[in-house]
Amino acid sequence: MKALKWLSVVLLLGASLVLAQGNLDVSSPAISALKRSMQERHAQLAPLYDSGALGQTTDGGVAVRDASAVPLAQRAQATALVAAENADRSALYREIARANGHPEWEADVRRTFAGRWAERARAGWWIQQDGNWVRK
Amino acid sequence: MPLLVRTGLAIAVMSGVAACVTINIYFPAAAAEKAADKIIDEVWQASPPEKKEAVPDRGGEK
Repeated sequence: MKALKWLSVVLLLGASLVLAQGNLDVSSPAISALKRSMQERHAQLAPLYDSGALGQTTDGGVAVRDASAVPLAQRAQATALVAAENADRSALYREIARANGHPEWEADVRRTFAGRWAERARAGWWIQQDGNWVRK
Repeated sequence: MPLLVRTGLAIAVMSGVAACVTINIYFPAAAAEKAADKIIDEVWQASPPEKKEAVPDRGGEK
């Protein structure tokens, strides 16, 4: 009888831990701050995605795809936007991994996001696939 | 209950818990996709909508 009690304790503990492991926490203050920063920048990035000047890369970032789509006077600004966005995205992947107690997950988080950015990209935007640019 | 049985059960419980914790080292891919979608929604929601006029029905967009 007592053994049965023990067994149920083991099973309950196991069940709760299994449930706990299927989640990913993305609510840390650092993550919220990065989201806000990226949200604000998106207003400037969206027209560049639309024009095909920038695209989503295979590694979960953005890159200049066609600089000629940007007027010469604004190219430096576009390059700066790309650098800032990539810095935020990298920090985001790092922070999500860290917030969940697994800094070693950073590459997995990046890979997951890369797939989702590409999948969610709007019609007409460019995404990188196997090194080639593809228009959605 | 004899001490030996008790000790055995205690070890079983601890190894059971340890096994469950070990599962936790695997990256939760499905949860990560959901989390990514949520963040992408939030970041990209502020997209300027003026382009939509040209394509009134965006139901087929992917």
